[in-house]
Amino acid sequence: MRKLPLAFLPWRSLLLALVTLFGVAVISFVLLRVVPGDPIAMMIAPGASQADIAQLRASYGLDRSIPVQFVIWLGHALTGDFGTSISMRQDVTHLIAERLPATIELTLLALLIALVLGIGTAVLSTLSRRRLVGGTIDNANGILLAVPDFVWALAFVVLFGVALPILPISGRVDPRLSIDFATPFTLFESLLRLRLDITFDVLSHMIMPALALALPLAAVILRVLKGALEVEARQDYALLARIRGKSRLRVTLEETLRNALIPTLALTGVQFTFLFGGTVIVERIFAYPGIGNLAIDAVINRDLPLIQGLILTFGLIFILINLAVEASFGLLNPRLRHG
Amino acid sequence: MTSTTRRDFLKVAGAGVVLASFLKGGGAFAADTDTVTIAYNVNLPAFDPTVGPSAVNPTIQAIYRALFDQYVGQKPDLSFEPGLLTDWGWNADKTKVHMTVRDGVKWHDGSAMTPEDVVWSLQRAGDPKTGNPIQFVWSTIDNFQVAGNKITADVKSYDPTLFKWMAFLTGYVMPKAYYQKVGAQGFEQKPVGTGPYMVDEFQSNGFVRLKRNPHYWGDKPAFETVIFKFVTDPTSRVAEVESGGSDVTLQIPYEEYDRLTKGGKFDGTCEPVSDIGMIFINNVPPLLDKNVRLAATHAIDKQAIIKRLLRGYGTPIDTLEAPGYLAYDASIKVPYDPKLAKKLLAASGFSPEKPVKMTIQTTRGYMPKDYEMIQAIVGMWRKVGIEATIEVYEIAKHYELRAADQLAPFAFYNWGNAIGDPATSTGFAMFGPSPHSVWNTDDLDSKIAPLWGEKDEEKRIAGWKAVDKYIAEQAYVLPLLQYAQPIVFRKGLKVTPNQSEALQPTLIAKA
Repeated sequence: MRKLPLAFLPWRSLLLALVTLFGVAVISFVLLRVVPGDPIAMMIAPGASQADIAQLRASYGLDRSIPVQFVIWLGHALTGDFGTSISMRQDVTHLIAERLPATIELTLLALLIALVLGIGTAVLSTLSRRRLVGGTIDNANGILLAVPDFVWALAFVVLFGVALPILPISGRVDPRLSIDFATPFTLFESLLRLRLDITFDVLSHMIMPALALALPLAAVILRVLKGALEVEARQDYALLARIRGKSRLRVTLEETLRNALIPTLALTGVQFTFLFGGTVIVERIFAYPGIGNLAIDAVINRDLPLIQGLILTFGLIFILINLAVEASFGLLNPRLRHG
Repeated sequence: MTSTTRRDFLKVAGAGVVLASFLKGGGAFAADTDTVTIAYNVNLPAFDPTVGPSAVNPTIQAIYRALFDQYVGQKPDLSFEPGLLTDWGWNADKTKVHMTVRDGVKWHDGSAMTPEDVVWSLQRAGDPKTGNPIQFVWSTIDNFQVAGNKITADVKSYDPTLFKWMAFLTGYVMPKAYYQKVGAQGFEQKPVGTGPYMVDEFQSNGFVRLKRNPHYWGDKPAFETVIFKFVTDPTSRVAEVESGGSDVTLQIPYEEYDRLTKGGKFDGTCEPVSDIGMIFINNVPPLLDKNVRLAATHAIDKQAIIKRLLRGYGTPIDTLEAPGYLAYDASIKVPYDPKLAKKLLAASGFSPEKPVKMTIQTTRGYMPKDYEMIQAIVGMWRKVGIEATIEVYEIAKHYELRAADQLAPFAFYNWGNAIGDPATSTGFAMFGPSPHSVWNTDDLDSKIAPLWGEKDEEKRIAGWKAVDKYIAEQAYVLPLLQYAQPIVFRKGLKVTPNQSEALQPTLIAKA
C-alpha cells in the first residue's frame, strides 16, 4: 500500500479532527434536546400563561424542530457565536474564554506534577537495587492508582485545609488581592510580570487541586514507564552501553529513558484528556473558577447553549492534546519523521 | 566545622520568605476586623437583579440587596418597611397607585437617584422584552405621572401583591441614566446601585468583594469590606469556616451545623425560613379517591421525620401557609392518625394486605434529606395500606413534568414564598390555570378565582384561609414542613436570621 506523503499527514489529522468535532457537535446537540429536563420549564414565572411560555420558548429558538435548531446553531457557531447562556444571560464564548485559562493553568500544573512524580519515581524504582525501595514504590503506586482524584481532593481539604490549615481551600486567588492583569492567565502573567506575590498566592490555591488531579496520572506514568525502562534495559544497545562501562544511571538517563518515554507519552496524552475531565468534580470541591465548575452549573440549570459550548470546548481540547501527542512522537523518535 | 557564610544565610532566609508567602493563604485570614467573608452557596451569574432566571433565586437576593435598594424594604420577620419609597398605596377604588420617593439618595457614582429612575425601573420591569420573570406583576400598572418626588400610575389590573413584590424578587430600582449610557454589558462589568455596598472586585465563579458605600442613605453597615466566596459544595463550605478561610457560611447539613456550633468555636442560628417541603398530589387514579388522599395525609408523622431526619430543625405544617405567613391559620390541622388512615383505606377496600399502589417522585440531595424523608413516608404508608414506589428524578425533570402536568400521583417539592402572601403560596401552587399547579379541579379553581382581584384585604385573606381549609379537608396537597436555615459564624460576630433566606451583609454585625 502506498504511503501518504509526509506533508499531508498534519492535514489529514486536522481533517479528522474537524470531522470528529462536527460529530461531537451533532451528537451532543441531539442528546441535549432529547434528555429529560426542559430549560424553559425551569424559567416559568408563577403567573405565566401558556402564551407566555410559548413566547419564552420561541425567544430561545426552542420551538423549532431539532434539525432546524441545529442548522441555525451551526451557522452562528461557524462565526464564533455559540449563543447566549440561559442562566447567566451572557455570551457563551465570553463565559468559556473567561474561565478556560484557569482550567488550562490548573491542568498544566497537574501534568507537570504528574510527570515529575511519575518519571522521577519510575527512574528511582528502576535504579534502586533495594527491594524495600522498589516494593514501597510499587505499593504506594497501587494506592495512587486505586484512589480517584476527588477522594484525594477531599483528603487534602481535611488535611491541609482544616487539620493543618496551611493552604486555602477555595478559589483561585485571595479575594483581598486586586489584580489588574491584561489576560485571564493569572499564573503565567504574574510570572512574566515578576509579581511573585501573586504567583505564590495563585500557586497556594492551585497546589491541592493540581495534586489531586496529578496523583492518579503520576501512578499511571510510573507504572508504564517502569515497565518500559525494564524492557529497554534488556535491549542490546543498553547492554552494550553497560559493557562499555557506563553506569546504570547514565545508561538509563542517556539511552533507555528516551525510548521508554514514547509509549509513556502516548498513554500520558490519553490520560491527560481524562485529567481534563476530572476538573469537573475537583474544581467544584475547591470552588475553583474554571470550566469544570462552570459545567456543573450549566448542567444543573439545563443551560443548553452553555452545555453545548462546553462540550465542544472539551472536545476541542481532547483533539488538540491528541494532535500534540502525535506531533511529539516525531520529536522524540526521529524514525517516525521518515515515512 | 563548617561555617555559615552570608550567602548561605541569605539563601535560607529567602527560601523561608518564599515558603511563608506560599503558605500564607491558608490560615485564618478571614479574621480581619473590618472585613467579613461569607462562604456562599450559590454563584452570582449576573449583577442585573431584574432580568434572567437568577433574578428569581431567593438565595442570591442577599448580594442584590447589598448592592441595590428595593422599592419597599423588608425586615427579617417578612414585615415591610420604607425602602426607596417612603410611602405607597392605592386610592380608595384601587384604580390608581401612589408612591413617594425618598429624598437625598445617591447612586454609587455619586449622582442623585430621582423619581424618573423609579418610573423607568418599573416600566422596564413590566416590559416582556427585558426578560423580567416577574413581568406579569409589574405590567399591571401604567401611565406614570411624576410631580416632585410623588409618582402616580393607573392600575391596569388590580394585583393585591404589587407592593409586596416591590420588596422581593426583581423589585429593585436601577439607574436609568447610567444603564442607558453603558448598556447591559457595561452594567454587568460595573454595576451601580444605591445599596449599602459597592462592587470592588468580581471574579466570576470565584468571589465578589464589596466596599461600603460612602453615600448610603441608611444605617452604616458594620463592615468596610464584605467578601462573598462562591463555594457551592456544602462540604467545602464547612471546611471553609473550619479552616478560618471564611467567617460565615450557610446551607450546610444539619449534622455539621450541630457539630460546629456545639464544638465551642462557632456560633449559629437555625431559624425557620419561607421555604416549605411538600408533596404535590395529582388528580389521577388512584388519588381521585378522597379516602386514599386523606389516608396518605393522616399516615405521616411529620414531627418524627423532623426529629429523626432533620435533627429537630423544621416546623410541621398542615397547609401551604407557614407560621408567619399572612393567611396562616393555626386552627387548620391534619393530625397524625394511622388508625384513621387505615379506616379510610378500608372504606375504599384497601388494607396493608391489599394495598393501594402508586408512584411517588422525589429528588435526591436537592433539598436536605429529601430522599430519606420520602423513604420514611413510604414506610409509614406501607403500615396503613399504601404501597408507593419511589422514583428519583432530577429537579429539571420535575419542572418539565410539572409544566406538562405529567407528574406521578405524588411528587415531592419545596416551595418558597418570601412575601408571605397566600396568592404566592396556595394561589400559584393550587390554582388550575397556573403552570405550576398539579391538582386541577373546578371545585377548587372556582373558590380561588375570585380571590386574585379581591380588593377588600380582610375579605381576601379570609378567603384564602377558607381555601386552605378546604384543601386540607379534601387533601389536595400534602404539606410537610417549614425548613430552617442553618447559618454558622465565628465567635465575635452576630447574625440576624432572615426569614426570607437572604443573608444580606447588613444583617451581620460585630458581637
